Amino acid sequence: MLTKRIIPCLDCDLALPEGRVVKGIEFQRITYAGIPWELAREYDGQGADELVFLDITASHERRETMAHVIAKTASNVFIPLTVGGGIRSVEDARRLFNAGADKVSINTAALLKHELVNNVARIFGSQACVVAIDAKRRYVRTAAEVKAATEGGRELIETTDGACWFECSYYGGRKFTGVDAVLWSKEVEERGAGEILLTSMDRDGTKDGFDLALTRAVCDRVNIPVIASGGCGLPVHMKAVFEATEASAALAASIFHYKEYTIQEVKRYLLENGVHIRL
Amino acid sequence: MIAIVDYGIGNRFSIYNGLKRVYDQPLLVTLDVVASLKDAAGIIVPGVGAFDDCARSFRPFAAILIECIESGVPVLGICVGMQLLLEESEEGSETGLGLIPGSVVRLPKTVRVPHMGWNNLTIQRPTQLLAGITEHDYFYFVHSYHCVPRDAERVVASVEYGGALAAVVQRGNLYGLQFHPEKSSEKGLHILRNFAAIAQEGT
Repeated sequence: MLTKRIIPCLDCDLALPEGRVVKGIEFQRITYAGIPWELAREYDGQGADELVFLDITASHERRETMAHVIAKTASNVFIPLTVGGGIRSVEDARRLFNAGADKVSINTAALLKHELVNNVARIFGSQACVVAIDAKRRYVRTAAEVKAATEGGRELIETTDGACWFECSYYGGRKFTGVDAVLWSKEVEERGAGEILLTSMDRDGTKDGFDLALTRAVCDRVNIPVIASGGCGLPVHMKAVFEATEASAALAASIFHYKEYTIQEVKRYLLENGVHIRL
Repeated sequence: MIAIVDYGIGNRFSIYNGLKRVYDQPLLVTLDVVASLKDAAGIIVPGVGAFDDCARSFRPFAAILIECIESGVPVLGICVGMQLLLEESEEGSETGLGLIPGSVVRLPKTVRVPHMGWNNLTIQRPTQLLAGITEHDYFYFVHSYHCVPRDAERVVASVEYGGALAAVVQRGNLYGLQFHPEKSSEKGLHILRNFAAIAQEGT
């Protein structure tokens, strides 16, 4: 039986030599969890099902650094590796595949140029093409807001805090598109994406748990696997997302980087609570 | 020496990295050194992406691969490299190698596609390639199509995903894995080690 996947996310700051995995910000200073390939090896040892590397600097000059990080990792970590951040073209993707990436995750460039999804899927296969979607709740309270929100074919989703739609952001969450995340999910599936990495901007960094309404809305409308992301602070949050939605995987960063829980502890907890997991 | 056929497709480096862990001298081959396939104790056929792309790119190696198989060299096809061993695929219009009669079909509509993630095997009959592997071990699958050999006896292990699908096939010294041993952590490397042992025995 197919298991639910637990995926640590390594946010890489490539401004430092060799790159560093960002742990968090403490007293206004960025703190680091370690060197990417060393951390990757540790997480593999703990039973990570996959790893996601995100280039948070995403600048063109540092593309070679990310390829180097992936090549170093791929030589002794034998689980799937996904790379995202700053991938603008088929050539950017090819560089990472050649370094040893199994999948690339595209976000901003896909929203700017939709055909990039088709091209990556066609050339490298759907299984290698992940589209990352960063979505934020947009509540609609009045009749006028409902009318405006639904005019573009958007669907309103009921949440415990009222009806809303979900807006896609790009440029690392700095800009908004007006694009509905649920409609965009369906479109990227049609264009050949093999997986969606779905991050709730409302929950990201809060440790309040995944946005179940968002995750469910997307999972119910696409037939490709969905990775839930944003807000995981406790093992029970993973249990909740697997019970309440059809998410195939859950992604988390800080709970692993701060060593609050090991991956193995989280997986044991999930297994004891009836979630199908690979130990 | 184990040859990984480098026909310009996807995951050859991952397989190389994995094999390097469990075997001393693997070799990447290219179009220029087809002859070295003949010296190989074992041959691995990688493959990811679209069936037609793989089938077209592999064509220059087909004749020599068949010759090697007939002379008893163990051959292992991985993922689309396994699917190439069959006759045809619903995914495309190119023909496969036809070494295992049957076809490659789309996964059922009742499940999410691709089948992506870690799944366990139901072992139909013992085979050296799976020595030391149990039904509690998990392997990394990622595919949208699956092999349906005409002769069900060819399926030595299956995987449950919308039905029992072929996960490992065998016909004599010819093996195919639908999952990625090079991405399946320790258990996956264990299978690569088994294949290396099979290859060494024949030399």
